[in-house]
Amino acid sequence: MEQEAKFSWSSIFEEAGNQVGFMGSFVRNMFRGGFEGNELIRQCYNIGYKSFSLTAITGLILGMVMTLQSIPTMKQFGAVSFVPAMVSISVIREIGPVIIALICSGKIASSIGAELGSMKVTEQIDAMEVSGANPIQYLVVTRIIACTFMIPLLTLMADALALLGGYIGANLGGHISLLLYFNKAIASLQFSDIFPATIKTIFFGFAIGFIGCYKGYNSNRGTESVGVAANSAVVNASLWIIVLDGIAVQLTSIFAYS
Amino acid sequence: METKTDTEQKVLPDKGAENNKEVVIKIEHLKKSFGSNEVLSDITVDLHKGENLVVLGRSGQGKSVAIKCIVGLLYQDSGELTVFDQDVKSLNETELKELRMRVGFLFQSGALYDSMTVRENLEFPLTRVKKMDKKDELDALVNEVLEGVGLPDAIDKMPSDLSGGQKKRIGLARTLILKPEIMLYDEPTTGLDPITSREISELILQMQKKYQTSSIIITHDLECAKITGDRLVVMNDGKFIAEGTYEELENSKDELVKSFFIKK
Repeated sequence: MEQEAKFSWSSIFEEAGNQVGFMGSFVRNMFRGGFEGNELIRQCYNIGYKSFSLTAITGLILGMVMTLQSIPTMKQFGAVSFVPAMVSISVIREIGPVIIALICSGKIASSIGAELGSMKVTEQIDAMEVSGANPIQYLVVTRIIACTFMIPLLTLMADALALLGGYIGANLGGHISLLLYFNKAIASLQFSDIFPATIKTIFFGFAIGFIGCYKGYNSNRGTESVGVAANSAVVNASLWIIVLDGIAVQLTSIFAYS
Repeated sequence: METKTDTEQKVLPDKGAENNKEVVIKIEHLKKSFGSNEVLSDITVDLHKGENLVVLGRSGQGKSVAIKCIVGLLYQDSGELTVFDQDVKSLNETELKELRMRVGFLFQSGALYDSMTVRENLEFPLTRVKKMDKKDELDALVNEVLEGVGLPDAIDKMPSDLSGGQKKRIGLARTLILKPEIMLYDEPTTGLDPITSREISELILQMQKKYQTSSIIITHDLECAKITGDRLVVMNDGKFIAEGTYEELENSKDELVKSFFIKK
C-alpha cells in the first residue's frame, strides 16, 4: 500500500517535471526564428471558426435558461426587474468563461490530443524531426497560441449571445423591450467584471492548448494511446480550468473588489 | 574482453577487403534497453560509402531501434555510434539538425503528413530546412523527385487517397528531396503485395544509383534483401550473428542463419 502511494507520488512529480520541460520547450521555440504564420492562421480557423456554432448555441441557451429559471424565484421577492443584471453579471463574471472553456476543452483539447497522438503513432512527428524540421514549432507553438487567442474571443461572443438569450427568455413569459433589457444588463456591469473575466479566459485557452499538445505529443505508441491521449487531454484540461478559475476568483476578489 | 560466438566465427567474413572504403556510419558495441528489456545487446557494424547494407531479422529484434539511434531519435545506453565521424550522442541541437539533413529516413508506414497534400509534404522539408521559398525552384525539385518515384500525377492528392505502395514512394520522394548522403529504410516493403514489394525494392536500388547514397535497409523480406543488399547482416536477440553477401548467407551451414532463408 505504501509502495503504491510512493509510486503514485513519484509519477505525479515526474508528470509535473515533464510538463515543465514541455513548457520550456514551447517558450524556447516560440521566440525562435521561422515562425509558422500560415499554420497559426489555419489553427485559428480550426479552433475558432469551427467551434463558433457550438459555443454560440451554448451561450444563447445558457442566457435563456438562466433567465427562465430565475424569473419565478425573483418574482417571489418582487425583483424581476433585476433579472437582466443578475444574468449579465453571473454570465460575464463566471458562468460564461467557465462553461465555454469546459466545452472547448471537450472539443479542442481532445481533438489536439487525438491529432498529435495519431501523428506520433504513425511516426509523422518522428519524420518531421529526422527531416531537420522543428515539430514543436510547427505543431505545438501554433496550436497553443491559437487556443490562447481564440478561446477569449469565443467566450466574448458567447457572453454577448447569452445576454441575447436572456432577452429571448425574458420575452417568453412576458414583454420587455430589447433596449430596456440591454440597458439594465449592461448598466449593472463594471470594468472589474469584464476585464478579470476576459483575462482568465486567456489562461483557460492556454491551458486547453498546452494540455492538448502535451498529451498528444507525449502519447505512447499504439492506436490505443490515441484514445488515451484524447481522453486525458480533456480530463486534465477541464481540471486545470477549474483550478485556474479558483485562483482567478481569489485574485479578483483581492485586487478588483477590495 | 569480447569473445565471438561459434556462429559469428563461422559466418562473419574477413573484413580486410573493406578496410580501404570510407566508413560513413560506425557502430561499436551498441547497447540499448527499455527498462529491463534489453533490445540491443551488443551490435558492431560499419556502413561504407556507396554500399547498401541490409539488416535482416525477425520482428521485435531491435532493428528499428538501431537505426533510430543513428538519427538521434533514440540514444544508446552504451557503445559508440558515429555518423560522418561525428558522435551522435554528443551533438548539440544545431549539429544534430545538420546531421539529419545528410541522413534520410524512410519510415515503415511512409509517415506522410495527413493534413497536407503530396506537394505540401514534399515542400515541407525544403521550406523549413533548406529555407527555399521560390515557387519555381520548389516546383522543379518536387516534380523531379515525383518523376523519380514514378508518381508525377499524385502531386495534388491527399495521403488518404494513396495506396500503401504509393505512400512508400512518396515517403521516399520526400526523403530524397533533401539529397541525403545516407538513406535508412525501416521495413520498406512491409505490408505490400509481392509485386509492389519488388517495385519498391527496385526503386530503392535505382534511387541509390541516381543519388549515390549509402543505405541501411531494415527488412525481413528476403526478396528485398536479395535485390537491394550489397552486404547483409543477420540480427537475432539484439545482436548480429552473421554477415556476408546474400549468396554466402543463403548457403550458410549455421542452422539459425539457414532458418532465415527457408523459402515457403
